Amino acid sequence: MRFIFKTDYGQDIKLAKHGGHVFWYSALMLLLMVAPWLVAEYWLAQLTFVLIYAIAGLGLMLLAGFTGLFSLGHAAFLGVGAYTQAVLTNAGMPFPIALACAAGLSAAVGLIVGLPALRVKGIYLGMATLSFGFIVEEVLARWESVTGGNAGIHIKKPDIFGWTLNSGEEFYFLCLVITVLATLGILNLLRAPTGRAFVAIRDSEISAQSMGIHLARYKTLSFALSAALAGIAGALYAHKLQFISPDQFNILQSIDLLLMIVIGGVGSVHGVFLGAIFLITMPQAIAIVKDYLPAVIGQAPGLQGLVYGVVLVSFVLFEPQGLYGRWLKIRTYLQMFPFYRKGMFKRQKTFQKSDRLK
Amino acid sequence: MSAAMNPTPIQPTPEPLLSARQLSVRFGGVLAVNNVSFDVNQGEVFTLIGPNGAGKTTVFNLISRIYTPTTGEIDYLGPQGLIRLTDQPPQNVADLGIARTFQNIELFEHATVLHNLLIGRHTHRKTGLWQDLFFTKTAREAELKAREKAEEVIEFLDLQHHRDSMVAGLPYGVRKVVEMARALCTEPKLLLLDEPSSGLNVEETDDMAFWIQDIKNELGITVLMVEHDMTLVSKVSDRVLAMNQGEVLAMGTPREVQTDPGVIEAYLGSVDDVSSLRRQAA
Amino acid sequence: MQLLQLIISGIAQGCIYGLIALGFVLIYKATETVSFAQGELMMLGAFGGLAGMTLLGFPYWLSVLSAIAAMALFGVLLERVVIRPILGQPAFSIIMLTIGIGYVARGLITMIPNIGTETHALPVPYKDQVWHLAGLVLNVEQMVVIGATAVLCVLLYLLFRYSKLGIAMQAASQNQLAAYYMGIPVKRLNGIAWGLAAAVAAIAGLLLAPITFVHANMGFIGLKAFPAAVVGGFGSLPGAIVGGLIIGIVESLSGFYLPDGFKDVAAYVVVLIMLVVKPNGLFGEKLRKKV
Repeated sequence: MRFIFKTDYGQDIKLAKHGGHVFWYSALMLLLMVAPWLVAEYWLAQLTFVLIYAIAGLGLMLLAGFTGLFSLGHAAFLGVGAYTQAVLTNAGMPFPIALACAAGLSAAVGLIVGLPALRVKGIYLGMATLSFGFIVEEVLARWESVTGGNAGIHIKKPDIFGWTLNSGEEFYFLCLVITVLATLGILNLLRAPTGRAFVAIRDSEISAQSMGIHLARYKTLSFALSAALAGIAGALYAHKLQFISPDQFNILQSIDLLLMIVIGGVGSVHGVFLGAIFLITMPQAIAIVKDYLPAVIGQAPGLQGLVYGVVLVSFVLFEPQGLYGRWLKIRTYLQMFPFYRKGMFKRQKTFQKSDRLK
Repeated sequence: MSAAMNPTPIQPTPEPLLSARQLSVRFGGVLAVNNVSFDVNQGEVFTLIGPNGAGKTTVFNLISRIYTPTTGEIDYLGPQGLIRLTDQPPQNVADLGIARTFQNIELFEHATVLHNLLIGRHTHRKTGLWQDLFFTKTAREAELKAREKAEEVIEFLDLQHHRDSMVAGLPYGVRKVVEMARALCTEPKLLLLDEPSSGLNVEETDDMAFWIQDIKNELGITVLMVEHDMTLVSKVSDRVLAMNQGEVLAMGTPREVQTDPGVIEAYLGSVDDVSSLRRQAA
Repeated sequence: MQLLQLIISGIAQGCIYGLIALGFVLIYKATETVSFAQGELMMLGAFGGLAGMTLLGFPYWLSVLSAIAAMALFGVLLERVVIRPILGQPAFSIIMLTIGIGYVARGLITMIPNIGTETHALPVPYKDQVWHLAGLVLNVEQMVVIGATAVLCVLLYLLFRYSKLGIAMQAASQNQLAAYYMGIPVKRLNGIAWGLAAAVAAIAGLLLAPITFVHANMGFIGLKAFPAAVVGGFGSLPGAIVGGLIIGIVESLSGFYLPDGFKDVAAYVVVLIMLVVKPNGLFGEKLRKKV
């Protein structure tokens, strides 16, 4: 069992709480940096996708996990970012400026989508975001002069003021840098007043307001930040695939993002990465296991959807705190062996209407 | 412990800190508050008493701007002078120096006690979005400062044991204290306490009485509270207002109000009532 | 004339949305969960009817009744096994659970060899029939939808107004603790609510099948039923039907009068307008936390 002897307040504010943290995270960073020389090209591409989805997931986690605002149409922001990047890059704009524009436009759309949030809550907000998601998808498909409609558009390679990123490895490093910066940004927010305001809004709006937190301002801020991150992820996504079309940003994509959050563990930054890893490796795992199953199951077209559904249902039923929650339980069990008690991580039940008991 | 918390002691002035005039609130067909007027002077402990449904918490909600009165207004002596409180939106109330606790405890359940108190420091934050995002030197220093202030409140209310506990797992009595601590972290001029002793045992209620007295004497904060425990009311209050069915019954010192016949009839009960009940039963 | 035709068509489509929305609202009132699985339950109901008519060779009425009964049973089972353990978790997680159930249902159906991936026609006795009335060309399939919905609404109204079961369900949805004290078996009622919602979804599926054919992706129509429930006001049973009708009519009209693509998003635009103008829907109640 590790006991941290605290001598000053700075220790509680630091991101890496003790030597162990510093060691393991440095090792992880080292591993990620040498990955291009360790793994095959195909797996590096998958790792790049993990990073891209993680960036989008950070945004969605900020919105849904930390501010408690439902977003069922998040793929819309992904799409806005991707198309902005595509159009601007094809017009010759350098990568960083196009990226900034993609983030900015997504943030602006996020602000607009967030406006209903100021008036409605819970499922109604979910419906509003769902509706926006469908509308944006339709706009992307119909505005053919700009987006090329359902036929989609091809994107040129990223060009950072003259240095063109031609290879998979170079693009991987770009994504790695952006992911690290985004993660640090979110972690910084969470240990500062802004992040705390978000969490306050999630847990009790009335008392957040009585503490002087301007609900409208922070809710729209959360939407804008979340959308900006999704926009950045969308832009990188566009460059990676080199071809985008509106149906890549539909309700199924939105559900994939939500799946990532829920399975990773709602309300934790670790959960974002675990969820992203899950999302990208699950199809691979299914593809590998397929060959070992009898043909009637293995070759059936609905298998992937079925597995996704079963995994999602199982996680909500048996491990509502997600992969990260399970990891915490395992770690605590090992740390406290043999004194681990069963109910240590039990969360209190909350009901929307009061007077509900069981 | 206390001088550090409020370095500039509040100078009592002759004008009342809060002035409510002819407040009425109507919810549909129900007149919850009817023509209620009172003044709260600086540095005093002012208590609202009355049976359940009398409208006491509604008056609180009017002051913290969760409700808007149908008629009447509230004037408040804020940091920038006298303002019409009833024109302010709810999120400005904390900036004006008014803090409150809630009858049914509205804490942030899935956070630690310390986290809850730090959220209470929100009105004193020095950084905006971008400084938070990059966690600049200013942000770091502001964080440390906020932590120091929160620790002062923790020491004042003896919450050291619970500093890192999740609120959801704490017993009721401790949560009430955490609510009060969170309100104190906003460094208010006026503290609204909604039934501070409900659910507390005798010992905890005694502690609460001492704390309220400390808040008034050492911190110089004006306290406006709703209370049912008459012993506590007599012990700490300077003035009392008795309400019944949304209207004012009596106002004055605790002794004056507790001996007022209208209040006794409506709320307190007297020796005669008990004897008449016994006679009926016999 | 054309307008009337479009409106009737819209009403028929709106009835389907309304029925699915009715299922949402039933479940929401009883167990406070928002179920994204209603669309898939509808799809299962349609497949159930198909199985009855083609595989088992039942006559039409028997197929319909057994499909509805089977789905009702399935709904009760679902509530008992999957929903009851997770009540009390954040609403977000519960919604993801129902989305997962939808995925499972869709996946299982798609996996059935030969049948899952194809589109099937449901052999109903009134297939492709048309009535001519006062110059209008009325599709019998649509008329059956409207008629059946009307009958169902009357039955449900009578159930909730006059029967012990209905009153008990209303009581349980308003104050669960008090319902327990009154001796109402709340958990059993929740199961019945889910069974009822599943049965309504099955009916919707059987009514829709002649028009859109039976296929595994039928459930996506359920997504349009959400706007219907929101427009009517979540928590109001008549509101669900009214909301559905509004969405159906708007869709039908915008398909004809507005440029391409508006028909698909019409439902969502209506929702957004409603959320701006009247956030709690037409018949919804404004619930405020009392502090």
